[in-house]
Parts: sequence; C-alpha cells; structure tokens
Amino acid sequence: MGMTMTEKILAGHAGKEFVEAGEIIEARVDLALANDITAPLSLEEFEKAGAESVFDPDRVVLVLDHFTPNKDIQSAENCKTIREFARKQGITNFYEGGACGIEHALLPEQGLVAPGDVVVGADSHTCTYGALGAFSTGVGSTDLTYAMVMGSLWFKVPQSVRFVCTGTWQPWVAGKDLILYVIGMIGVEGARYEAMEFDGEAVESLSMDSRFTVANMVIEAGAKNGIFRADRKALEYFAGRARRQASVFEADPDARYRDVVEIDVSKIGPQIAFPFLPSNVKNVEDAKGIAIDQVVIGSCTNGRLEDLETAARILRGKKVAKHVRCIIIPATPAIYHTALTRGYFEVYLDAGCIISPPTCGPCLGGHMGVLARGERAVSTTNRNFVGRMGHPESEVYLAGPAVAAASAIRGEVAHPREVA
Amino acid sequence: MLSGRVWKFGDNIDTDIIIPARYLAYTDPDVLGQHCMEPLVPGFAGKVRKGDIIVAGSNFGCGSSREHAPVAILALGIPVVIAKSFARIFYRNSFNKALALLEADLYDTIEEGETVSVDLAAGLIRTGSVEVRAKPIPTFMLELIGEGGLINHLKKQLRGRQ
Repeated sequence: MGMTMTEKILAGHAGKEFVEAGEIIEARVDLALANDITAPLSLEEFEKAGAESVFDPDRVVLVLDHFTPNKDIQSAENCKTIREFARKQGITNFYEGGACGIEHALLPEQGLVAPGDVVVGADSHTCTYGALGAFSTGVGSTDLTYAMVMGSLWFKVPQSVRFVCTGTWQPWVAGKDLILYVIGMIGVEGARYEAMEFDGEAVESLSMDSRFTVANMVIEAGAKNGIFRADRKALEYFAGRARRQASVFEADPDARYRDVVEIDVSKIGPQIAFPFLPSNVKNVEDAKGIAIDQVVIGSCTNGRLEDLETAARILRGKKVAKHVRCIIIPATPAIYHTALTRGYFEVYLDAGCIISPPTCGPCLGGHMGVLARGERAVSTTNRNFVGRMGHPESEVYLAGPAVAAASAIRGEVAHPREVA
Repeated sequence: MLSGRVWKFGDNIDTDIIIPARYLAYTDPDVLGQHCMEPLVPGFAGKVRKGDIIVAGSNFGCGSSREHAPVAILALGIPVVIAKSFARIFYRNSFNKALALLEADLYDTIEEGETVSVDLAAGLIRTGSVEVRAKPIPTFMLELIGEGGLINHLKKQLRGRQ
C-alpha cells in the first residue's frame, strides 16, 4: 500500500519502512523552534525536567519576533531570559535585534528548513514550511521542551486530504486568495488533525512566496500540516541558501487520502474573510464599501517580497485615505533591505504609509497597530478572531496585499481593479 | 469523581478568547487566570468558582499554540473541559498541563449553571438522570498521564541516559 508525502517523511524520521494514518510514532526532529512568547514557558519546563543541554545547539532556533522591539518591561524581561539561555547553550540560530525577522519568513529564507525535514515549533504557524516539502507543525511549549532536549517527539500520523488545483490565475489573485477560498469551503475544522496536500498545475505556477502563504494558513482549517511537493521551483529556492541536504518525497500513486478535492483556480477572484472566523470568506465584491480605519500589510502570512511588490504596484502615485493608518511590515531584514533598494519605501512613504520594523506586533494585538473599540481593519494576517488585533469590539477582515492596499487608498474595502 | 457548575461556550472558542495575546508576556498562572475568557465574558475570573466545568461546542481551543490557554483555565480551578471536539494543539497542551479534556456531545442538552458530575477514569458524565459516555482518551495519552505527564516522561528518559 502506498504512502502520502507526509507519511513518507514521518516514516523516515521514525526509522520505519511504513507508517499509516492514526499510528503513534516517535520521530526525530530536524529543527525545534520557539519565540519570545512561547520560549519562556518552554524554558520553565526545561528547568523542571532537570535538563542540562539541548540536543543540538545548531538545531534549536530561537526568534524574538512577537513583542519586539520590546513593547514593555515584561517583554524585555522575557527576551533577556531567552538571550541568557541562548548564550549558555551556545544556540547558533538565535535571532534578535537587526538580525531578527518574523520566524516563518526568516527560517526558510536563512536556509534552515530543508525539503524532507521534520520541524516542530512552539507557534501554530510553523506549518508554513510545508511549502518546501517538509513536515512541519505547531506544538505547545511543553512538547517543544521535549523536542529541544531529546531531538524527537511523538506524533499521531495524520490522514491526508489532497487539493488538486487546476486552471489559470485571475489578475490580482495569489496564494492568500486560494487558501481563504479553501478555508471558506471546508471550514475552520474542515481538516482538523489532518495533512492538507496541495498539487496540480495551478500550484506549480504559484510562486514560493504564495506557497508559504497557503501552507501558513492550513492551521486555520484545523490542519496539523500543509504540504507541497518539493518541485524544481522549491529546490531552486532552497539551493540558494541551503545549509543541509534536501530530501524529496513524492506521494505514491496508490497513497490513501481521506478526500481529494478539485479546485479550478480560474473561478477564484480576490477573497476576503469577514469577522470573526477565517472561514467567513466572501468575494471581495461582497464587502465593497465597508469603511475601515486601518490596513496592515505584513506578518508570517503576507510580509514577503511578492506581497510588498504587489502593495507597491497598487500604492504607486496614490494616497492612503486620510482617516486610514496603513502599516507596512517587511517580514525580515533581507526583505526590508530589498524593498528599500527596489524603491518600494519611497512609494509607501509618498502614499502616506507607516513602515514598521519586522515584528508580529499588530497581528495578535501586541503592539505597533492595536485597534480601539469599534475600529475596523483590513489585514493580510491570518486570524480575525474576537479581539485578535485589539479591543473585543474591533473587527479584522483578512485579505491579500492587493485588496489591502486598494482598501487603504479607498478608505473602504475595495477590489484592486478599482484603483489600479 | 468531579462535580461542578457548568459554564457554556459555543463553537470555535479560540485561544485569543481563552487568553488574549496581550497577556502572553506573563507566565504566572494567576495573572493568566484573571484574564481568561475576558473578550466573551468580562470578569469571568471573578464569577467562576473552583471546581466549575466548561462545556463547549466543537473545535474548542482552535488558533494559536499558546500553552497559556490551558494554564489560564486551570488557574481558575476548572479541572475539566467537555466539548464536542478539540483543536489538536490545544488537546496536546492540555494533557501536558494536566487539564482534563473529554470529547462528548453535551452542549445542546445542558443549561448554564446546571451541575454536572464527571468520572474521568471511566469517561462518564452525569447530569440529573442523563448519562453521557465521552469518547475514550487514546491509550497512548493515558500511558503518558500514567507516567505523570510529558515532563516526567522526559525526566525518566534523561535518567536513563546517565
């Protein structure tokens, strides 16, 4: 009997010839990640366990990206504790200050995740690395402690659902629109505990940046991981930055799937998710005229170069509506630098945008753009839960960078073609 | 046997409701407990009594991986959450933090404030004359609980190395 990509990667890391959905395995992990809000709990557990060292200082990654640059004293204290731990343990991949970017944009960019890897991270959006053909999933701080110390963790092998994407992409449509469309179709628990596998000709033509966006949001459908085949595009992306060998896994022709869903991407226009669930998805035309107070373009979902380029294309020569704050957050220092040299910053500044240093900040209502009671934002982030970006009576509409930039100009939800 | 007053929450109760992200700079259970469920029920911490029980709809705990969520619930003295289904990261986190979870369809048949009795070992839930059997906890997780949780399991592994 055949195996899916996810099953093959997990089998290989568990030292087994064959695994199947539902099986409990102990698998070796290639990388264990934590950030400034999940690492503090992990380090407390590390102490409790009486552990002395991490399994491999090159394979534990600590990124201080959430409440940084430190938003308050407590956040600064947490970062200090993590910094001291990193120094004591000799953690090679410790990122803060000017080296720090949003973890799920930073790790692939730095070549830390290889196709075929098993990666766990104490952050639910760790599923992002599935775009590289890795098995990658979010865990809590205690599970992360175990992985950090032992270099392995227990997993239940998930069953897989395959999304076969065909057709040609409409203008202004990218990865965010595809994943919002899928979540709208299957719901916030449509893939609970499962692996979402994406393939088909339309996926092949999707950029790496867009694939990261798609994999990033599979957790919003309840999935354990999302996964793409490491095709030539993925291997080329990785080759330029590789720190380790890539292993390419393909699903067997007789692999078992819980379901196979066919999607004609030609039918997908710009999408938008209404509050308060990422599954409340509509065509952007159905949201036209909804007045907004803020736009955020950034995050582990949409803070990559392709997103910044799209925003610049729309904002060039235009002005952000007077009553709207448009906050642009390049996800990593390298992205920030490229956006600067390509002249995007001038476009943003002339349009009246705010350019933020790389941070998760406003996505989770931390800092750098928290919403007041009754305020409404269009955001390229991944969650629009009650109070996600600030006051419980504020609202977040999720969309891609094209819709977000167009909405910033109009001061209300807008289709990109209205301003382009 | 546990027995407590029921607080009802609907479907898709996410971790931003259980503990809003702005409090995640704290790890102190008491601080986290004070803000538990704040966006939906302001002042929840002051209204809850030790031993109360949460009964919810489907996909409880969806969203982020924050372990602060089960910590906040436990800090209020809530020993168990009964829901139609749980999000997977929250499920693992709760067992790691010793918050008991039972998967059962109770939400539609119970009123807020009613008393419910729970036999965790047997997975039995009683309300008045009605008895509901929860989905069994996976054997592997029962073994982990038997060892005193993941960190004790880790301690044992580390001792084995010496």
